[in-house]
Amino acid sequence: MTQLVSLLRVFSYLSILTVGGGLAAFPEMKNLVVNVHQWLNFTQLIHLYSMGQVSPGPNMMMIVAIGERVAGIPGVIVVLVAFFGPTALLAFFMGRLWTRLANWPWRSSIERGLTPVSIGLLLAGCLSFARGAVTDRGTVAIAVAVLLVLLISKINPAWLVLAGAIVGGLAFGPKVL
Amino acid sequence: MSDAAAKAGVNSAPASLGKGNETPVRSIFLEFLFIGATSFGGGVVAYLRDGLVAKRGWVNDQEFVEYLAISQTLPGLNATNMAVLVGDRLRGIRGALAALFAICLPGAILMMIVGVAYQAHGGKPMVTAALKGVAAAAIGLILATTIKLGKKSLAHAYDLVFVGLTVFGVDQLHQSVPSVLIVVGILAILWYRPRKPKETAQ
Repeated sequence: MTQLVSLLRVFSYLSILTVGGGLAAFPEMKNLVVNVHQWLNFTQLIHLYSMGQVSPGPNMMMIVAIGERVAGIPGVIVVLVAFFGPTALLAFFMGRLWTRLANWPWRSSIERGLTPVSIGLLLAGCLSFARGAVTDRGTVAIAVAVLLVLLISKINPAWLVLAGAIVGGLAFGPKVL
Repeated sequence: MSDAAAKAGVNSAPASLGKGNETPVRSIFLEFLFIGATSFGGGVVAYLRDGLVAKRGWVNDQEFVEYLAISQTLPGLNATNMAVLVGDRLRGIRGALAALFAICLPGAILMMIVGVAYQAHGGKPMVTAALKGVAAAAIGLILATTIKLGKKSLAHAYDLVFVGLTVFGVDQLHQSVPSVLIVVGILAILWYRPRKPKETAQ
């Protein structure tokens, strides 16, 4: 029960930090789920988060895996409601208000001002994530290769992440042959 | 869409959209379920545009861009904010709930299975090695997504100052995301405050 309350508090707090994208909440997520509540370690968070990036639908569904790990099916439900409830309500009411404020001069000031801040939050999330994911020459090579391919082509990233799994298994795994 | 027309005929609720007939909640649910189940590889926005603008014609390109701007400004994931906004636009609160639930459902089931499998097998050396590769690829992916978004949405060189301040605050000064958001956000909004005589805001 106390775990469910903790899940509710943590994920509803993380929910409102996702300005620009789920990645913006990553530094706080790492702090809360790894350091404060120790529901999983940093490497496990990195693994689940990475798989969540290529799963279909909203790219933060990996929170379900944390909810399940901590408190089973009730944990899953609490995490989903906590993480998607507050921002869905906000989008619902602000969406209606925002449309009505089409001619309010501050509206475009807010949109233009928050754009660079949200990009900054996403970049800070990238940096926090990279500290756990890019640890040696091999992982740097994979990350740079994927980055370059995605910047110059329109290939579905899921294929590159799959390639990353194969290369990782071959390069870092136990030698089977 | 004869079945949509028939459904709308049964529903005698006032058409608030000026479109003649209302989109059935079931169609909204099914379309968002389809998008939620097929959008492998991130980048749900492209799938949303294909489904909602090109395939269904529920919103036009201009409205789509408008909703996307709202989605990006508000907290919340683009995918779920778009689901709420477009669902609400089509069928009010019932449409918003159907769209939100449907876009989340497939990924939630998949990630629950992944989570259970990870708990059972995540410690095996081969799995750990493969996931090390996956995580390295994922950082390439999220960095590419952020760079592309930045290129598309940052208009001026001095936007980079606000990007830099935000990164510095969170990553180097270890300030919490809300405090950085409030401080740098207010600075940036004031920087872009409405100016009447000089320039006409786009």
